[in-house]
This record gives sequence, C-alpha cells and structure tokens, in this order.
Amino acid sequence: MSHPAILQTVEAFGETTHFADPSQIMALCRYFKDEEKYVRLSGLTAVDWHPTEPRFEVVYHLHSIERNSRVRVKCKVGGENPEIDSVYGVWRSANWFEREVFDMFGIKFRNHPNLIRILMPLDWEGHPLRKDYPVHGYKYSYPNE
Amino acid sequence: MSKDILDHVATIAAEQEVPASPSAPRRMTLNMGPQHPSTHGVLRIVLELEGETIRSAEPDIGFLHTGIEKQCEALTYAKVVTLTDRVDYLSNLSNNLVYALAVEKLLQIEIPQKAQWLRVMMTEFSRLNSHLVWLGTHALDIGAMSIFFYCFREREEILRILEQFSGQRMMTSYIRIGGVSLEPPRGWQKNVGKFIRGFPAKVDEYENLLDSNPIWGIRTKSVGFVALEDMLDLGVTGPMIRGAGMPLDCRKTEPYSSYDKFNFEVATRNGNDVYSRYQVRMQEMRESAKIITQALEGMPEGPYQADAPHVMLPDREKMKTQMEALIYHFKIVTEGFRVPAGEVYQCIESPRGEIGYYIVSDGTSKPYRVHMRTPSFGNLQALPVLLKDVLIADSIAALGSMDFVLGDTDR
Repeated sequence: MSHPAILQTVEAFGETTHFADPSQIMALCRYFKDEEKYVRLSGLTAVDWHPTEPRFEVVYHLHSIERNSRVRVKCKVGGENPEIDSVYGVWRSANWFEREVFDMFGIKFRNHPNLIRILMPLDWEGHPLRKDYPVHGYKYSYPNE
Repeated sequence: MSKDILDHVATIAAEQEVPASPSAPRRMTLNMGPQHPSTHGVLRIVLELEGETIRSAEPDIGFLHTGIEKQCEALTYAKVVTLTDRVDYLSNLSNNLVYALAVEKLLQIEIPQKAQWLRVMMTEFSRLNSHLVWLGTHALDIGAMSIFFYCFREREEILRILEQFSGQRMMTSYIRIGGVSLEPPRGWQKNVGKFIRGFPAKVDEYENLLDSNPIWGIRTKSVGFVALEDMLDLGVTGPMIRGAGMPLDCRKTEPYSSYDKFNFEVATRNGNDVYSRYQVRMQEMRESAKIITQALEGMPEGPYQADAPHVMLPDREKMKTQMEALIYHFKIVTEGFRVPAGEVYQCIESPRGEIGYYIVSDGTSKPYRVHMRTPSFGNLQALPVLLKDVLIADSIAALGSMDFVLGDTDR
C-alpha cells in the first residue's frame, strides 16, 4: 500500500496506522476507497494534543469488507485556525462524523455541505472536547475564537 | 400573546399560502418530536410533507448529549466502566465488553477462558434483552399491543438472571477490565438452563402471534427500503444491513472473546424492508439462544479474572491477611493503574450494529481520549434516505425498524 500522500506507516497492537498529508486527504481517501476497496468509513474523530503543535489529529477508521481489514489514517492539523478538506465526497457517512468533530473540537471541514453543530445547542460557545475546556463548571474562561 | 408572537404566526401563515401555480403541490413543514412516542427517546425530525407523503426528513439529534466522552477523560480506566453502561442502556453489556477489550489490548493481558465464555453468555443475554424490547415496542407502534406483554414477560426473566450474576438489573457493570466482576452465583446453571430451554418456543410464539396477523404483514412488507450501496456509504450496520442480504457481523469476521469457538449462523434476509429486519432479529434471538446453550454446557473451569496483580483488585481474603495485597489494593483504588501509551480501535457486534471504541492512552492512569463509534449514530444518518417519499403512516414502521437508542446516538 503506497500512495504519495502517506508520510509514514506504523504497526502497533496489531493495527495499522498511516500518517497522511492533510492537504491530500481527499485524494488519499478516494484511493483507499476505489483502489484498496475500503468501502466503509467506520468512524471519524479527532484527538487534541494541546499544548503541542500541530495541535489536532484527525483520525479516520476505514474498513474493507472484501479484505476483512481495517486501517487508521491520521492527519495532523495546526491549532491556529484548524482546517481540513471534508471527505463527504468519498463517503457520505462523513457528514455527521465531521459535524461532530467540528462541534467538539472546532476543526473546520472545507466543502462540507452543512457544517453546523450536531450534539451541542446551535448557540453554544466553545468546543467541549478540547483539552483546555473544563470538565465541569457553570462559567468557563475560554479565549475568544 | 405578545405582538411579536402574533406577527411571527402571521408570517408563517403567509409563507404557507397557496402557491401561485395551482398545479404545484403545497408543502407543509411538520415537527415530529422531540417528544413523540414512536421516536423512543428525544429525537426531532423535521418533515417536509406533500399531503401525506414525506418529501424530505432531517433528523435533529443531541437532546440527550451528556458529555460521556469528556467525562471519561477525567476518570481512571476502571471507573469509566460505569459510564459505558449508560451509553446504550438497552445493551450495556456490549458497551462494557468493547471498552474492556480495548483497554486489555493496550495492557496486553490474557483473559482466562471462563471469563471469556461468561462474557459471551452475558452479552448474548443483553442481545436478547435488547431485541425483546425492540420487538415489543415496535409492534406496539404498529398497533399490535399484546405482543408487548409477552416480550416483557421474558425480558423480566433475563433481568432477573442479570441481577443474579451482577447484583444489578440494568446498569450491571458486570464486565470489567481483566475479566468479570463476580464469580457466577451458586446454582446459576439451573436458572439459565431453565430459561434458555424454554426460550426458542417463546420466539415461535411471538412469530405466530405476529405472522398470523394480516395487518402486521401489510404494514411491514415492502416498507422502509434503503439500497445496499446507500447503507454502506452512510455507515449503516447491524440487522439493517443484514436484512439487505449483507452478512456483516463482527462476531464472525473479527472474532473476539472466543466467539470463534461457538457454533452459530449470521442471520440474513434479502427483502431489505421492515419485515426482513424483523425476521433477522427473530433469527438472531434463536442464534443467541444457541450460543447461550453452548456456553452453559461447555463452561470451562478456572478463574473468572485475569492473573494481573497490577490491574486487578486482590481478593478480599488476601487483602486482609497479606501486606502486599493491601498495598496493591490501595494503589489501584487511589491512583488507578497505568496503561502503556498507544492507541487502539476495538469493535464488536452490539444488537444494533458495529460499536467501536477508539482509546488513546498517554501512559497515565486516565484515558487521554475515548471515542465511541456507536451504531445508532451511524444508522440514524440513513434516516433521510429511509423516509424519502414514504407515507407518513409508514414512517412509524420504518423508524421502528432501525432500532436506535438515543442515548447511544448522543452519548
């Protein structure tokens, strides 16, 4: 499995992780779906590594029914104005997963058809799963976006 | 009423005036939920209607969001087990199991055979529990009322068995990291055996009650079609996709917890409608009964928890007599145990479909990130496709056939 967008491949705990170039994520996902038969996007999420930079990792879990295999693709995204291309054009299931990541982490997905909050109320301030967001409390000190 | 509200009502009324061209159909927007009996929880669906036909349906979720993923990051690994119960409250043992398996993968500890078999048996009980609640409420929505009481009669027996094993009826937290929480109670074989021998006849009874009713057939056959390609693309799993003829089941394709040692079939049907999903679930109940019977007959001897003193709490007896055990107990309870840094994705087959936990550890005693890929969240995305151009009366049957739990969707 080789594609110019894959920067590094790691095997750990019996699972394969590909680190990918975030600017080419769309082409890479298209390659995985069409050439390698990973027809399902099983899940899409993010991890916040605050305060290190690049701060976010967007994590894609792909599943191939034909080959009975799963791979993980990860893209590092900077904390200053985090943005990455939406993979909605490849798998429609990315729609809600990306909305959830936008809601919880504030990562923007370019070319997403309807990028609004999904779990939190529409007028909510802040992104709850960021590490600098407190676990409890009525008021929180969160720097203006 | 204040003037603002009256103005607002007037604007809405003006928008819904008869359109200029008399041939163009008039559309109406209808809010279904969040408090609607057939959504089984707090789900809001915005329906665009043309007469009785739904032209578009947009689900609105998040009413039951409780921030479980955020709370997981603030608790030690052992304490998170109780939170996983609350994600999908109809099949909490599946959630316990997937979390325990993921953490065990990071810890790389070996689970004894007996614990694995107990886990299989209990998750199958929780599958029966979930399917029984689904069957009862789904039939109730469609108008078959008596089946509800039959299903809950058997569900009560299952909850009683769960209580015997774990001390709790619903939020069991029975499956823990490294094994199960308690030794099975004395005489458990008798209770489980009595229940499971009579259960297949009960499934026949339900099927007889429903299939001999012509209204059931009319309301469920050829209703709720979603193309298989759409399902794969939209992330649908579980009985929905198996009702479309795709034998996608993690228990067979990626066996966990000794499922490869059990003899069972993956139930599939080709109808791709509400009726085939019902048939798939009925077949799954029979298969679960088969698995439980095999677990009952072949239950291995041995310990019910792993031999890992740095993770498992020591025996009560040892704790009171041995210094070393007391120290371990104190350390594990106060600090928790450290988990090696890394990341894993573990998925299992819950009654609703693929449930996957992605756990990132940074080497401390608290998980750095826990992401729950829940089946209801994936399945609900297919709702706009499922309800498109469907009569509003059929939407109730189509919705019910998805078998979603809103706690599972919103977490």
